[in-house]
Amino acid sequence: MTFDANDSIVRFENVGLRYGLGPEVLQDITFELPPASFHFLLGPSGAGKSSLLRLMYLALKPSRGLISLFGRDIATTPRDDLPALRRRIGVVFQEFRLLNHLTTFDNVALPLRVAGIRESEIEKHVRELLAWVGLKDHVNARLPTLSGGQQQRVAIARAVITRPQLILADEPTGNVDDRMAMRLMHLFEELNKLGTTLLIATHNETIVRRLGHPRLHLEDGRFVDVDSDVSSSEEKTETTATRKAPKRSRSARFPAGSAHRQGTP
Amino acid sequence: MFWRRTDLPVDSDSLGRFLPGIVAFMVYLATLALAGVMILMEATTTWQAGLSSTMTVQIAPEADTGGGLPAAEDSRVQSALALLRRLPDVARADVVNDEAMTTLLEPWLGEFTAVEELPLPRLIDVELRNGAEIDALGLAELLTAEVPEATVDDHRVWLDRLARLARAVGGLAVIVLVVIGAITVTIVIFTTRTTLAIHRNAIEVLHLIGAHDAYVADQFARRALVLALKGGLVGLALAVSSLVGLAYLAARIESELVPDIAFGPLQWAAILVLPLVVAAIATLTARGTVMRALAKML
Ligand SMILES: Nc1ncnc2c1ncn2[C@@H]1O[C@H](COP(=O)(O)OP(=O)(O)OP(=O)(O)O)[C@@H](O)[C@H]1O
Ligand SMILES: [Mg+2]
Repeated sequence: MTFDANDSIVRFENVGLRYGLGPEVLQDITFELPPASFHFLLGPSGAGKSSLLRLMYLALKPSRGLISLFGRDIATTPRDDLPALRRRIGVVFQEFRLLNHLTTFDNVALPLRVAGIRESEIEKHVRELLAWVGLKDHVNARLPTLSGGQQQRVAIARAVITRPQLILADEPTGNVDDRMAMRLMHLFEELNKLGTTLLIATHNETIVRRLGHPRLHLEDGRFVDVDSDVSSSEEKTETTATRKAPKRSRSARFPAGSAHRQGTP
Repeated sequence: MFWRRTDLPVDSDSLGRFLPGIVAFMVYLATLALAGVMILMEATTTWQAGLSSTMTVQIAPEADTGGGLPAAEDSRVQSALALLRRLPDVARADVVNDEAMTTLLEPWLGEFTAVEELPLPRLIDVELRNGAEIDALGLAELLTAEVPEATVDDHRVWLDRLARLARAVGGLAVIVLVVIGAITVTIVIFTTRTTLAIHRNAIEVLHLIGAHDAYVADQFARRALVLALKGGLVGLALAVSSLVGLAYLAARIESELVPDIAFGPLQWAAILVLPLVVAAIATLTARGTVMRALAKML
């Protein structure tokens, strides 16, 4: 695969999306996510966050515009190559989408099995990760017996178990308390430090503030400029620049972001 | 590997509920139909092998003349002979002469010398070529078209009619087998589709985490195979017990025309392969249905 480290992980150009014959729920979306970047996706309910993520994890085709993932234009990628792309993306679905007839263990193991990993390896990895997200005592529990927050952690574990290059999380901390939310965010940050690109849709202002990563702000299906009090004017410009001037390297794009991260606990 | 655990809910979907029963029923019908075909095939060959390679053609005498116009009769006999001798399957055709007739009639008529005086039919002895599969019915039609007074030995024609009927029934049974196959395919398609709808979430999740279509389709195929084999064995067991029952009844009716229901190893093999064939049809159909449904996803 031709993939150069400087290529964007995700690139959208003038993307529009409509469901069936309905109105465009996403309009003129242009942005890119450089490798190892960490963004929050914000916006009011119904703004189109989940829809944007669906396009990115290849559940939907855009009605117009260009999407490329890992340097490959999705429209021209043969269908047989898409599973391989999907395996490089870990998704935490807003509604979890766990398989209720399987145990916690089997749910988390699923992406590994789909990828054809040997059972002996799967066992160790899954147990380790489940311990990390605090589900050590629920390894063999059937999904419906878990609480909402526990299920959410299963969903996160399933998304990260394959060490994907890109993680897309839709409200991944909506059902857990702030302490667990921070713990899960730290898991994401650890993965980010290892080079994973992340985009996390959330309503949780506290977390966005605390972590201080750059945001993409959706409103009514369009990106709008960030005007939150947290972002310095410098960062605001940077985030905007990311969207408007796609061809810049990662370090050039988020200098303020990394400074900011150190400054804000 | 094909025999792997499944990621799909297996308890009570329509595949699990309906497939074994449907396959059992189909295998039952198919086994009986197949057994029927084989019994009929066997029976017709036995019947036909039992017939000698000779037959007799009768030319009826002129009713009121009392043998008064032997010339007309002779010409009929001659044209019948000519026709018979032209046929490729006929090795020999000869008129049974008066001496032979007298010998034939002796037990009934005693020492009666004036055979010519009696209004007896003239007989033609026909010998068929070795291994010739003559169509007696067709031959009879051919003959009567030329010589209306000619009749062909009844026994053979009757058996031929029976054999034709048997072949027709056999053909019907083959059609039944084909229809059973088609019904199995249709039902499996619909049950698989229903099951797909039930498992929609699981399938979408598998798809979105990067499963190839074959990964999902094979899981359905595996389940379909297991369920169909279960059903097939039940159907086979029922069919075999029915056949044994029929064989018992047939054995009690002592008639040469009621065929023996005793299968050779080849026929047993055909019967035992049937559930496997139906299971294979079900498996491939289920797989194909899932592959087609998945191909609609991005
Ligand atoms: N499957 C669908 N069919 C039709 N319309 C849809 C569908 N999914 C979403 N929409 C519409 O698209 C718009 C954006 O929805 P989306 O779910 O992307 O919003 P969101 O930003 O994720 O909201 P929330 O914060 O509540 O999750 C909404 O107007 C919604 O009604
Ligand atoms: Mg949403």
